[in-house]
Amino acid sequence: MDVTKFVQVCLNGLTLGSLYALIALGYTLVYGVLRFINFAHSDVVTIGAWMAFVFAAAIGWAGTDSPLFAMPVILAMSMAVCATLGFTIERLAYRPLRRAPRLNVLITAIGVSLFLQNSGQLKWVFGTQPQAMPKLLSEEALFTLAGVRVPVVDVVVVVLAFTLLVALQWLVFRTRMGQAMRAVSFDERTAALMGINVDMIISYTFMIGSALAAAGGMIYGLKYGNLLQSADSVWVLLGLKAFVAAVVGGIGNVRGAVAGAFLIAFVEMFGAAYRSPQMRDVYVFGILIAVLILKPGGLLGKATVEKV
Amino acid sequence: MALLEVDGLEVRYGGIHALRGVSFTVDEGQVVALIGANGAGKTTTLRAISGVVRASKGRVRFAGRDTTGLPPHQIVALGLAHAPEGRGIFANLSVDENLAIGAYLRRDHAAVARDREHALTLFPRLKERLSQNAGTLSGGEQQMLAIARALLARPRLLLLDEPSLGLAPQIVQLIFKIVRTIAAEGTTILLVEQNAHMALGVASTGHVLEVGSLVTSGPARELAADDAIRKAYLGGH
Repeated sequence: MDVTKFVQVCLNGLTLGSLYALIALGYTLVYGVLRFINFAHSDVVTIGAWMAFVFAAAIGWAGTDSPLFAMPVILAMSMAVCATLGFTIERLAYRPLRRAPRLNVLITAIGVSLFLQNSGQLKWVFGTQPQAMPKLLSEEALFTLAGVRVPVVDVVVVVLAFTLLVALQWLVFRTRMGQAMRAVSFDERTAALMGINVDMIISYTFMIGSALAAAGGMIYGLKYGNLLQSADSVWVLLGLKAFVAAVVGGIGNVRGAVAGAFLIAFVEMFGAAYRSPQMRDVYVFGILIAVLILKPGGLLGKATVEKV
Repeated sequence: MALLEVDGLEVRYGGIHALRGVSFTVDEGQVVALIGANGAGKTTTLRAISGVVRASKGRVRFAGRDTTGLPPHQIVALGLAHAPEGRGIFANLSVDENLAIGAYLRRDHAAVARDREHALTLFPRLKERLSQNAGTLSGGEQQMLAIARALLARPRLLLLDEPSLGLAPQIVQLIFKIVRTIAAEGTTILLVEQNAHMALGVASTGHVLEVGSLVTSGPARELAADDAIRKAYLGGH
């Protein structure tokens, strides 16, 4: 067996899984508190990636000669913009529909998604031309493992993703706000009776999910380099796969989203490397179908009976 | 001045007129029971007081403020705790986390720790189950948790909705014994019950609710002795 190839594929799975996990968490967090799928989430990822490009271009950080702090600074700016965007989307589009049937909210989410995709193409927003993300991180090898060059960018991507995942885990399970989020997720009305400001918790949830989406978008840019225009199907597919990860792990479950993301990414990468690169999307959606048949609640989710 | 004043309260759910002008007061330190049959509007009254449902007419004053139309979290912040119908336990949180969330708005951590200890002496069963998922508790234990959690808010007014619902007689006895203790410690309680016998046993004042209106009010002891009420609500003998 070719060890080098195997290690390389594992490394690819690890970075892609980190990317999926950051995006999947946004789907799962919002589903947790509002019980609906925020179809506009993948567009927040797109905007996060593009904002990173816009900020880097505006500041003039164009390549690996940029200062070391360029990447964290741009990441923070992009996360802040997306958090604000997430807050605004919820406030303007979803909150007025809080008491409306869920289908209305779902359709609204699709509307928000189309709005963001198409307004992103405007000349004075991001435009219709693809752009190359500045290489803020070196692609030189930091070290070599079993003959595989491990570039700086991969290490940073994985470390960043894990840091954010651990931080989120801490936030949800160890803080007062996380406790409130989980209470709202279980029973909004009783949560309000505990003195929890439910609207505020929902706003925070959108902000956190959207900030993680920005991190995902930036990681995508740094790793894959090329930013296609905001309505390109590559973004939709990225969001869709992250959504699949959240469903495979058990939608609404934070740990499940992360587990699902890495499972999907590894299967995708191993399938592409050892079977057929053209079929990589088929493997991802194949897992989705298998999980939905065998364990409809997701790997870490609880089976629930949905009243229709 | 009364701690709680309910004045001409009306609530409509779509076409249904659930409350048709209910007025009563609760004084500081008092235990007031609201009794009546299923669907009389008891739960709706409590929900309108805590802001979970909106009054279509009438006013609620609590702790010297007009709280009509305020969202629940703001009313709760004024010192109200509502242990809702069906207990409202967060089954995805541990027993300990449920208790902690009862004190969500409090910043006096040392006093919260003392109140937690006190609640656990009232309900020693919970102490053995602190780290357990609250969803795994029995019905009686969940009711205990709901009351303990409400106490951790250190409320000026405690709303209890049907604490006896679906529980074995022994457990009901136990729960009411503790309700009596809580009242004796000075907590003002507004209690809603179908079990009129138990409710009038702990309350000083009682109100009888029938299809959205108060039909009889008076000292609990007199209500308990009233023939018509005995017939209607006490399994009449």
